[in-house]
Amino acid sequence: MNSQVSLSASRRLKRRYRAEKRFKAYCIGALLLALAFLVLFFSDMIRQGHSAFVQTEIQAEVTYNKDTVKFTQESVDEDIAPLISRAVFRAIPRRVENNPGLMGTTQTVWLVANSDVDQYRKGHNDRLGSQDLATLKRLQANGDVAYGFNDGLFFSGDSKIPSNAGLWSAFVGTFYVMLVVLAISFPIGVATAIYLEEFAPDNRFTQAIEININNLAAVPSILFGLLGLAIFINFFGVPRSSAMAGGLTLSLMTLPVIIISTRAALRAVPQSIRQGAQAVGASRWQAVRDHVLPLSLPGILTGTIIGVAQAMGETAPLLLIGMIAYIPEAPTSMTDAATVLPAQIFTWAGMPERAYVSLTAAAILVLLSMLILLNATAVVLRNRFERRW
Amino acid sequence: MDTSQTLLLFFGGLVPMAAVAFVLGRRKALVADSRGQRLHSLPAQYGVYVATWMALPAIAIGVVAAGAALLGLRVPPAPLVLSFALLGAAVACVLALRRVEPSLRARNAIERFVYWSLFIASLISIFTTFGIILSILFEALKFFDKVSVWEFVTGTQWSPVATFRPGQEAADSQFGSVPLFAGTFMITGIAMLVAIPVGVLSAVYMSEYASYRVRTIAKPLLEILAGIPTVVYGFFAAITISPLVVEVASVFGLHASYTNALAPGLVMGIMIIPFISSLSDDVINSIPDSLREGAYALGATQSETIKQIVLPAAFPGIMAASLLGISRALGETMIVVMAAGLRPNLTWNPLEDMTTVTVRIVDGLTGDQSFDSPETLAAFALGLVLFGVTLTLNLISIIVIRKFRQSYE
Amino acid sequence: MRTRNLTGNTAAVMPPPPTTERPRVKRNTKMDVCGLSVWYGDKQALHSVSMDITENEVTALIGPSGCGKSTFLRCLNRMNDLVQGVRIEGEVEFDHENIYAPEVDVVELRSHIGMVFQKPNPFPKSIYDNIAYAPRILGQVRKRTEMDDLVERSLKRAGLWDEVRDRLDAPGLSLSGGQQQRLCIARAIAVNPSVLLMDEPCSALDPVATATVEQLIDELKENYTIVIVTHNLQQAARVAGYTAFFHLGEIIEFADTDSLFTHPREKKTEDYITGRYG
Repeated sequence: MNSQVSLSASRRLKRRYRAEKRFKAYCIGALLLALAFLVLFFSDMIRQGHSAFVQTEIQAEVTYNKDTVKFTQESVDEDIAPLISRAVFRAIPRRVENNPGLMGTTQTVWLVANSDVDQYRKGHNDRLGSQDLATLKRLQANGDVAYGFNDGLFFSGDSKIPSNAGLWSAFVGTFYVMLVVLAISFPIGVATAIYLEEFAPDNRFTQAIEININNLAAVPSILFGLLGLAIFINFFGVPRSSAMAGGLTLSLMTLPVIIISTRAALRAVPQSIRQGAQAVGASRWQAVRDHVLPLSLPGILTGTIIGVAQAMGETAPLLLIGMIAYIPEAPTSMTDAATVLPAQIFTWAGMPERAYVSLTAAAILVLLSMLILLNATAVVLRNRFERRW
Repeated sequence: MDTSQTLLLFFGGLVPMAAVAFVLGRRKALVADSRGQRLHSLPAQYGVYVATWMALPAIAIGVVAAGAALLGLRVPPAPLVLSFALLGAAVACVLALRRVEPSLRARNAIERFVYWSLFIASLISIFTTFGIILSILFEALKFFDKVSVWEFVTGTQWSPVATFRPGQEAADSQFGSVPLFAGTFMITGIAMLVAIPVGVLSAVYMSEYASYRVRTIAKPLLEILAGIPTVVYGFFAAITISPLVVEVASVFGLHASYTNALAPGLVMGIMIIPFISSLSDDVINSIPDSLREGAYALGATQSETIKQIVLPAAFPGIMAASLLGISRALGETMIVVMAAGLRPNLTWNPLEDMTTVTVRIVDGLTGDQSFDSPETLAAFALGLVLFGVTLTLNLISIIVIRKFRQSYE
Repeated sequence: MRTRNLTGNTAAVMPPPPTTERPRVKRNTKMDVCGLSVWYGDKQALHSVSMDITENEVTALIGPSGCGKSTFLRCLNRMNDLVQGVRIEGEVEFDHENIYAPEVDVVELRSHIGMVFQKPNPFPKSIYDNIAYAPRILGQVRKRTEMDDLVERSLKRAGLWDEVRDRLDAPGLSLSGGQQQRLCIARAIAVNPSVLLMDEPCSALDPVATATVEQLIDELKENYTIVIVTHNLQQAARVAGYTAFFHLGEIIEFADTDSLFTHPREKKTEDYITGRYG
């Protein structure tokens, strides 16, 4: 811009600007790389898992009579029988029992096909024998083959038969475990935070507690599993693989999260509120209970929801407690053997049949949706109710 | 009678008793009030006072009995303890009721009770830490009874021979943990090579260059990466990334195992990116603007200011963030369990299969081994080392961040 | 009407001299501001301000808080560009070229117009590196020996050399407040600007340090054109050759310092100087 500026200076300036552009490009590139992975990951999961939400069904005639209740495979045409899922046959006696009017009749129903047929139709394998293939093609030409919604995915428990495997027992298990986690870590966590923030004297002991909590928040989750194994299962005798054991272990993990976020929520309430309450004669506890807590409640709930969401995704400590067993039936109490959603994903990921790959991806999509829902609720809660002082 | 029945009866008896105690206490206070005497506290508070005093001895007796039973001491049968506890509660109720009078400072008593309850609650976190340390230490010491610390730390062969009965000694087992730690460090190293550059540069972009709109969209998106459960990452690593690595390697003429170390390392790095980026973002934002202005006023470009003024000033904070990231990577379990191998392998080649400390811990405790076999106990020894290392890293990181904050606030 | 001016003499307020509005310029005009207006969002901070800045003189900007002095100053080296939502109209000429013209390179401009801030802001580096940073990135100095000379020269000119000559590697932040400010001045002059902008450079310093810095400003004007914003009227009277009085985003009066303080032409100026409002 000035005539005094020599030529070499402007060249140098150009070089500096090029370096500026390069640096900025690296920074944007890094961010885009991270976001690209996110896109890649989600699209891959959807690609792998979307097919598990539907299942092949075959329309066929089912004969219910005394023979077929015993030899269930004979209830359908013998060409069609190899194409039908074993689970369907297994369910026939119970069906007749629940509905005696079926006895002696022949119904045309849509039956779930077995996983070989299902995988073949979804383009994954060619395990069908030539005869079965011919039958299938014949049925397809007849319009007797279609995709139906795989409600078994949500409503049946785990099964060694892929077409019958579902997440129901995992849902129930997760529910029980989260119940225990909330029941234990919420009261204790909030109480600890209230103590540290409102009552604790500023001495070495309090500092020790605070350092302790910060450390606990960063301990690898698997060590909590060791703790659970050694103390809850071996020492206290809580049944292995039960929702109680899992819940106790996870609540110890969630405790620091709730403590830290509750403390932040309490700290956000200005001192003037406490002082105002105490100035009219409220005791310290009354000031906290009647004034500070209600104001910090949104923040506390947000933190709790986030803590629970984290606990829902934890698997490592539960592995050591044994919650990766095969659980076909949903648990009926806290002490029954149970499994949770992430552990079910882990189990299915290790199964050899090809059908389990898409089941696992579908289960992952279900888990991610639940987590996104929880976190979104927390964010909405925070935005709508939290006050900025 | 079993535990749940006992508990049920205990609380089933205690809760109505507490309600009764509350009513009695409050009524006594109301009576005094109606006679014109000035009460120190609210009538309801007198009720709470009586109820609390009644419940305390009962709970105390229950806890002592349960503790004794756990430790294996001789304890009278449950029905006896139960009736004893409830009796004690009734006695305490009567005594407390006696003390109710207008000058009794019930509110202060309640206040003190609340204080002590909160205090005890906060002790639970200390108990947890002690619990972790003790449980691991106890079993790990049993392990070091059988295997020398020296062999554990420096041995390069990890090949335990399976034992199925307690007492059966595995004479040929070797427990050198070096290959396990090598595997852990290799995968952690790969993860950090991904996470640190991407995390720090993203943080720089979001705090220095990005517009407000971009920042408000990008930050939550990165947080999603942090919220994905590790088992999901593990599945992704095993099903998608591992075969990809094998394919890419074969394009270059190299052979990669399907359980290579590169895949879990890369995925772990991606998982850690949000930790590093959000901590670095905080750190960079806390560098005062006056420094940047000073540089701009001298005629520096933005990248020169960032590279030579801001980042060096933020270095301690970024290093602390990296240490936390490393600590996270070292303790990560699911990704490696699902995508890394099971074979201890001491090698520099990330395309080979190898196993890590956390995989070994899981393996040692979910197998069919008897609980006291060296293989199972080895898991605790490994857990002890892991705990020590991550604790040290976390403490260093906290100290560095605290010092850093002090110099800028 | 008699007023007591700041040097203690009473003097009659004479009718305005019948000359033109600007004092006669003895030296060149280094910077010329024409109709400068600045908006922060919807709020207008400067209303069509015009003045010229004389070379090798100290020009002081005085006025109550929030009247636009700092905004004006920061327009002179386009530091206001960094503020979100700012809008600037008008012209600022530096050596007869408009610095707000689209083809002007801001980075280049700022190496010719230096700035010293209210609160000393040395970089968290050594004293040597604080000064060496800018010349290095601007490519003005390559060799180590040349840089050593430059650092020594700058520190000498800033009056800091004797105090730090044997600890150039010590961190800049280890110096006292006054020393830090002189370090920032040394840093600013190391890149050889022709104009030095100073935004209340002494407000964070104790009186002794203030005196040192004011002495420095007086010496620096031999080689640099200085524009200083100050809250301290006595300071303006002490160091400045020309003074502009700002009020609510406008220049109420601009004259050589003596005239402004002894015969202020505007009532607002007189009220401010005599302390009717702050």
